[in-house]
Amino acid sequence: MTDGFQELRLEGVSRSFGGSDALADLDLTIKRGEFIALLGPSGCGKSTALNCLAGLLPLTRGSIWRDETRLDTLPAERRGFGMVFQNYALFPHMTVRGNVAFGLRMRRLPRAEINRRTDEAIRLVRLDEHAAKLPGQLSGGQQQRVAIARAVVLEPSLVLMDEPLSNLDAMLRLEMRTEIRRLHQSLGLTTVYVTHDQEEALSMSDRLVVLRGGRVQQIGTPEQVHTQPANRHVAGFMGYRNILPMRLTEGSIVEGGGLTLRGTKVGEIAAGDAVEAAIRPEDIHLAAHPGEGIEVTTEVVEYQGRKVAAEVRTPGGVLLHLRTDRALKPGDKAELVFDPDRLLIFPEGD
Amino acid sequence: MVALSHRLADRGIDRHLFLLVPATLFVAALFIYPFCYGLGLSLQPAQGGAFGAYREFFTDAYQRDTIMTTLKIALPAALLNVVASVPIAYKMRGRFRGKRLLTTVLVVPITLGTVLTAEGLLNFLGPTGWFNRTLLAAGIVDTPLTLTHNYTGVFLSLVITGFPFAFLLVLSYLSGIDPSLERAGATLGAGWAQRFFRITLPLLAPGLATTFCLTFVLAFSVFPSAILVGDPSGSTRVISIAAYEAAYVRYDYAAGSAAALIMGLVELIVIAVVLGLRSLLYTGTTSGGKG
Repeated sequence: MTDGFQELRLEGVSRSFGGSDALADLDLTIKRGEFIALLGPSGCGKSTALNCLAGLLPLTRGSIWRDETRLDTLPAERRGFGMVFQNYALFPHMTVRGNVAFGLRMRRLPRAEINRRTDEAIRLVRLDEHAAKLPGQLSGGQQQRVAIARAVVLEPSLVLMDEPLSNLDAMLRLEMRTEIRRLHQSLGLTTVYVTHDQEEALSMSDRLVVLRGGRVQQIGTPEQVHTQPANRHVAGFMGYRNILPMRLTEGSIVEGGGLTLRGTKVGEIAAGDAVEAAIRPEDIHLAAHPGEGIEVTTEVVEYQGRKVAAEVRTPGGVLLHLRTDRALKPGDKAELVFDPDRLLIFPEGD
Repeated sequence: MVALSHRLADRGIDRHLFLLVPATLFVAALFIYPFCYGLGLSLQPAQGGAFGAYREFFTDAYQRDTIMTTLKIALPAALLNVVASVPIAYKMRGRFRGKRLLTTVLVVPITLGTVLTAEGLLNFLGPTGWFNRTLLAAGIVDTPLTLTHNYTGVFLSLVITGFPFAFLLVLSYLSGIDPSLERAGATLGAGWAQRFFRITLPLLAPGLATTFCLTFVLAFSVFPSAILVGDPSGSTRVISIAAYEAAYVRYDYAAGSAAALIMGLVELIVIAVVLGLRSLLYTGTTSGGKG
């Protein structure tokens, strides 16, 4: 349904504020119909990237191309992208219908077509009954749906979403996540979605761009980023809650804090190098038989339904986080085994 | 036995409301009492019954016409102040270097007072002022333009003193409009003019109406500049001059009070009309959603 473009290229897109780079050298090719998530902690440059793409922020360096058309020199209103804002940015003085029709009116389309497409978009986000209301009379989730309808009614070549779910409560967030995914699948809209929520990014996107300090850390499918994080920062962001400073002794054995563990090396590391060993709480298991694993003492336990999350300490004083079905209590002794395939060894620093 | 404060709270009365008492007394002493006193004065003329002073005001063309004279100065001046503030405030709503300095320069006239402004105008725009001398030297005019001691002088004086006021109000109204709304407009294909006229202006309009009312009231009660840079016996014989003359030249307090009350009534009518129109506009929130 989008006008026939094949790909959108970002070449060395950079933006600096007062001399410091908020976004540096972002290279990314977005294929038509793809759902891309920009993921990172706050201040990582993901919103800057989105605003640069939308045309709301001029680039400091680099260029943006839609096939062979250069876009970064065009103002926002001529790029033909739809955008969903974090605070929705609905026009408070217009009804739902007025908001959705706004973009079509700006294109001076015939009245009949405006009405037809507006109705269609409102139906798509299931707000038929609320079409005549002002945004102030709607709930947060409904306002969000209006914002989405307003962006997609133009059938834009690209939809940009800036943390659209961050103002919603947990239940509604799950619901809207599915809704956005459903819309993406049924309309085939190319989407760039900014979020700081790794779960959201993993569950929704076709590809992830992980940013940190304005620089790309990793670009890959959710599975690649989840199972093979490129560095310790990505790992930290992807739920590797245990990141331990250690030293590589030989092969893929690391030592430190009284622990000796076997893991999987990521990147170039030589014996004797300082490393960081990362493992997810769910990849640390309780030993099946006594004497098999590392003895620890439980300190803090959080109930999480079928599992508990526990913070435990080794005799050497290292704190570890793990998840288990066993009902541990503070003070309990346990023995741990680590899954060597899931323990990643990264070079220290960077 | 429920405590008294609880029973009062049930009826929506909070003990802290009593803190309003001093302010209420203050307003009563300084506004309501003088107002009633003036009203009483205006209804006790030396002759002609209770409404004699009013009847006299409206039958004497020399007095009656001051209403139109004042409106002719105050309405356009207030309108110009509001209209001129909008583009300047619009350009200045974001953050930029030197914003504070520019705001200061624009707002300084508010601190000058009408007399100083009038003096400046006389020096600058008078027949031998810099402005006319420059025009003469440049050969643009043959005889000096008459810009003071007439309508133009008073009008300019009202613009100079009224503009900063209108500008500050409009700037604060504009800053209250969520900037992401215009950005949203841009991503939906609206150019700057469409963004301004379809998004910003409708949200700003109620604020403009309020600003207009306030600057109008300021301009309508013009007195010093109407005398100093105007033509107080002719084209700028405003209603406050009529009131002043009645009370302190002819010592007819009833006529003076009547003129003052008529002045207040005209202001109220204009404000009522503007606020009536304002109520037809959208006056709700100016933010685009949550967050």
